[in-house]
Order: sequence, then structure tokens, then C-alpha cells
Amino acid sequence: MNVLACVKRVPNTGAKIVLTDDNQRIDASNLGFTMSPHEECAIEEAIQQVEAHGGSAHVLTLGPEDATEQLRTGLAMQADEATLLETDGAEWGPRATADAIANAVRDLADDGTEFDLLLFGTESADAANYQVGVRVARKLGRPCVTGIKSLDVEDGTAIAGREVSGGEEIYEVDLPAVVTVKEGINEPRYASMRAKMQARKQELDHLEPAGAAGGGTFEKVRLEAPETDDSAAEVLGDGPDAVPEIVEVLESEVEVL
Amino acid sequence: MILAFVEHESGLPDEVSLEALSLARSLATAEGTELAAAVFGDEGAALADELGAYGVEEVHHVTHDDLEGYAPEAWGESVAQLADDLEAGTVVVPGTDRGHEVAAHAGATLDAPMAANCVAVDVGDDGAYELERHRWGGSLLEHARLEGERKLVSAAKHEFPVEAADEETDPTVVTFSPSLEAEHLRVRVDRVESGDEEGIPLGEARVVVGGGRGVGGPDDYDQLEELADLLGGTVGASRAAINEGWRPHDDQVGQTGAKISPDIYIACGISGAVQHMVGCKGSETILAINTDPEAAIIQKADWAVVGDLHEVVPELNDAIRERT
Ligand SMILES: Cc1cc2nc3c(=O)[nH]c(=O)nc-3n(C[C@H](O)[C@H](O)[C@H](O)COP(=O)(O)OP(=O)(O)OC[C@H]3O[C@@H](n4cnc5c(N)ncnc54)[C@H](O)[C@@H]3O)c2cc1C
Ligand SMILES: Nc1ncnc2c1ncn2[C@@H]1O[C@H](COP(=O)(O)O)[C@@H](O)[C@H]1O
Repeated sequence: MNVLACVKRVPNTGAKIVLTDDNQRIDASNLGFTMSPHEECAIEEAIQQVEAHGGSAHVLTLGPEDATEQLRTGLAMQADEATLLETDGAEWGPRATADAIANAVRDLADDGTEFDLLLFGTESADAANYQVGVRVARKLGRPCVTGIKSLDVEDGTAIAGREVSGGEEIYEVDLPAVVTVKEGINEPRYASMRAKMQARKQELDHLEPAGAAGGGTFEKVRLEAPETDDSAAEVLGDGPDAVPEIVEVLESEVEVL
Repeated sequence: MILAFVEHESGLPDEVSLEALSLARSLATAEGTELAAAVFGDEGAALADELGAYGVEEVHHVTHDDLEGYAPEAWGESVAQLADDLEAGTVVVPGTDRGHEVAAHAGATLDAPMAANCVAVDVGDDGAYELERHRWGGSLLEHARLEGERKLVSAAKHEFPVEAADEETDPTVVTFSPSLEAEHLRVRVDRVESGDEEGIPLGEARVVVGGGRGVGGPDDYDQLEELADLLGGTVGASRAAINEGWRPHDDQVGQTGAKISPDIYIACGISGAVQHMVGCKGSETILAINTDPEAAIIQKADWAVVGDLHEVVPELNDAIRERT
């Protein structure tokens, strides 16, 4: 069984988001980069399914050359192969992204790698468009389940669970299929130092992305960091000496005592 | 025409769907057009009475012999066909798992653009939408332009007030029979397995005691559990604590975890990363216990105690126990 996990490189913001002067993107000059936790789980799931059923696990991203860092994270986790759909760094919208990924899946199939399972995050960390996975599935004519927190593959069928209030909805779909996952579906492994070193030397597949947005437009105009109330907290005290003040707050101000 | 997809439980509209209806109605008013609703399920037609209060003029009840229970692609396909039939310029959905999934399918069928988690939508002079939407789980806003013969928007949860229309309508109920292929029906809920509910769900707790990397290990959560018990609350955690394997993922508060809205969130040993804070910004008040007076969470809390949680929390538990 061949499984593909699609991930997106995003800045690893810390306690505060700072925008570039033109308000077009996050100022990442002092930041590292990462991917959504959902997508880390997609990679882990791809590897676990391949460990259970054989085949190979691939990671793919559409992004700038630097996004090879996220692909190497996947390789270090023990994915077998990685594909970069290399852009000039400008952000692609969800429809063009989906089109490019669907085309890449077709190209890889032409080259002999047919994927039985395509894994996505339910939403990307930065843009959270909630649609790339579904659109790829529809372009390829494959069934799609979203927001999945448990996944089993048995005899060519994916049994997928999604949390709903009070329980879990279970879906059963035939492979090949598309599944979008949420953090919690598994615990992504830590890559060993050795695996990270090896991943650095591994060859990556570079493809020219080909994707069109289709009719209508959905375009970013600018970003805005919402105002936050950063009036510093009232310091109740240092260490255990503050306990009487905490009790007072719980009793009189919050009234939970 | 503006078409709103309305989710319901046995004929009672879902809260977030009513919020989305407020957005849909404001768009219908701005564009001088009518508001219609798409509903699924046996009890769908019963919604008509309720929806009149929100200015819905037509309730389209989607029925099909093979449509039993939730089937995302078939629902999305049906909404798309209905939007085409009604020549609806815009489909509005609630910003829920199902809302997003149905809209994404409808968008794929219609080859139309979709903007998720909108918090404000204005109709520009040229008819294009100038909207604001959540990115990064709500810690960043995007101003965007959305335009097209068909377009889809979802209303971010709890951003639009549920407002009754100035004038109540008496909606007509129309049965809509989509033409569906086997392919559209291959994904459907097979069964629902009930979960093992223990304790108070994070999203509903009045008091949440959160523990982060500063807790230092799985055993020390006992102190936080005790504090939560004494206050009738529940324990949450940061992603760092979950990654360490100290707590299950169900406890995670934040962008990729639970959104909480307690009366008080007591954050112990949590630094206050934006991805954590978007999960707890609905808290009425925040008390931070942290050894670092410069920690970002202290800027964002109402009250802070600078100190080691391992000293503060047990003393606090003793003090509360002595009181009662
Ligand atoms: C796309 C994305 C999504 C994410 N989603 C989430 C999410 O849903 N939820 C989430 O929590 N994070 C999320 N994160 C991770 C987030 O960015 C932070 O890494 C994480 O929240 C840090 O957890 P922490 O505050 O426990 O750890 P740290 O940042 O390491 O902070 C530990 C804190 O404990 C204090 N401390 C240490 N010892 C003590 C002591 N003895 N007593 C008191 N205080 C002490 C320290 O001063 C410090 O402030 C996400 C990240 C990304 C990129
Ligand atoms: N540039 C990209 N490269 C690869 N995968 C992507 C990209 N953008 C989005 N995805 C995938 O699509 C999912 C949903 O993204 P979105 O629709 O933007 O919320 C993400 O979690 C990723 O798995």
C-alpha cells in the first residue's frame, strides 16, 4: 500500500505574531518553520499504515525550496520518499494548491507510484481553508472523509472515525481514498539524530507545480494582527505567599468557591 | 438569492447555524435579494416555523431515496445543485466540521471559491465580497476578496450574534430532489459509536486548571487534578505536555485542541504561545502561575503568581480544603 501525506511549511510563531510592513505575511526573520500538528500526524499515520501493510510512505509539499526542511522532517520520521512542488515562495490559494497536488498525484502514478491513500490535515496551520483535501479528492474522483481521529485499513477498506458530540461517527470507504486527519489520531514519533542526519542526504523529487484556481476569485488583501489586551496581570504575589490572595480572588472575584 | 445550509438536531436548528443565518440575512439585505435555507433529514421540514423568525423565505428540504443519514459528498452535491437551481450567488454555512465539509464539496462541484471562518463580510460596490476571516485559529485576521457567480462562505463559530429578523417571515417549504449518482453516496456515516464520557468536558467546564511543560512530569498533574476537583472543574494541558506523553490529547487546549470558555482558567507552567492562547481566549478570567515573570502568559492573564507551581498549587489546595 502506498500512502502520501501532504504538508505545508509555516512559520513557527511563539508568543506574539509580528507582520511584515506591507501586512502581507508573518515576519519570519526571527522564527523557525514548522507544519501543522495535524500534518505531523498525517505523516505518522502514513508511516504506520505502511509498517502494517507494506508499500511506501511519501511526503509532499507545495512551497519554496526551503520547504525541503519539512520534507526532511518527514523522511527523518522514516517516510520513504519526498516530493517538492517548488514555488517562488508566493502563497498559493487553496484551489490552485489542490489542483497542483492532484496533478502531481497523477504524474507520480504515470511514473509508477499509485497511491492507495492520500492523507491531509483537516486544515492548514496558517490559512485554515478547510478544503484542499476535499478538492483534491474530487479532482481525482476518490472518496473523502475529513476530520478523522482513528483509522484502520482492512482488505482494501479504510475504516475511519470522526469525533462528534457524545461519540464517534464511523465511515467505511474503499481505497483508493482521501482522508484528512486531526491531531490526536496518533502520537508522531521523534526522529533520532541518526535518522535526521540520513534524511539530510536523501534525494528529493522536484516537480514543477501545475495548478489553476478555476472560476471566481478568493484573494488575500492583507493580514491584520488583532488587538490583544496586553495590560499586564495584577501580580498577586510571589510563590506560596500569594495563596491567601488566590483564595480571595477565587472566592470574591470569580465566585467559584 | 442567498442560500444558507442549516444543520439541526431533530428539527431544532443548531446554534452555529443560526449564527450563520444572521450573516446570510445581512448579505441578502445588502444585496436586495431573498434568503433561502437548505435542510436535510426527515425532520427538516419541521424547521420552517423556526426559520421564519430569522427571515428565511424558502426552506428547501432535500430528500432522496438513497439519502439516509449524513453523506458528505452527496450533501455537498445537493447543495451545489440547489444553488444552481436557485441561481444563488452565495452559499453560507456554519463554521463547523460538517459545514466546512459540505461547503468544500459544494465548492468542488460548482468550481467556486470558498472562504472559511469569516468574521465579517461586506458587499463592495462591484458586488465582490470584502471579508475578514480567521487564520491561525483566530490569532490572525485575513482581509480578503471573494468574487464569483457562485461563492461559499462559512461563519466562524460564535462570531455572529443570533438575531431574529425585524420582520418574521412565513417560509414556504419546497421539496428538492437532487440527482445523485452512486459515486456521491459512497461516503456515509456507517454507525455512531458512543464515547466513554468521563468527568466534565473541557469545553463546558466552569473552571479549567491547565498544566504545561512547567509541570515537569505526568505524576505532578495529581496536584492540578486535586485543585480542579476542589473547584468543580477539570484539567487541561498545553501541547508541550501532551507531546511529552504526560497527558492524553483530549486534554489539549489550543488551536489544534479544545476551545474552552470557563469562568477562570488557571494556567500552571504554561508560557502563553499564540496557538495555546486561541484555545483559552474565551475564558472569563485567567490566573497564571509561572516561575518566569516575563512569560507571555503574564501579559495576557488577569492575575499572576510568580513562583514554582509545585509549591503554590499544594498550598492552595490545603488552603481551600481548610476553608470547607
Ligand atoms: C500550528 C501549531 C498549532 C499548535 N497548537 C497548539 C495547541 O493547540 N495547544 C498548545 O498548547 N500548543 C499548541 N502549539 C504549540 C505552541 O506553539 C507551544 O509550543 C506550546 O503551547 C508550549 O507549551 P508550554 O507553554 O507548556 O511550554 P513552554 O513554552 O516550554 O513553557 C513552559 C512554561 O513553564 C514555566 N515553568 C517552568 N517550570 C515551572 C514551574 N516549576 N512552575 C511554574 N512555571 C514553570 C516556564 O517559565 C514557561 O513559561 C501549536 C504550535 C503550532 C505550530
Ligand atoms: N502548500 C501545500 N502543500 C502541501 N499540502 C498542503 C498545502 N496547503 C495545504 N495542504 C494540505 O491541505 C490541508 C488543508 O489545507 P487548507 O485547505 O489550507 O486548510 C493541509 O493540512 C495540508 O495537508
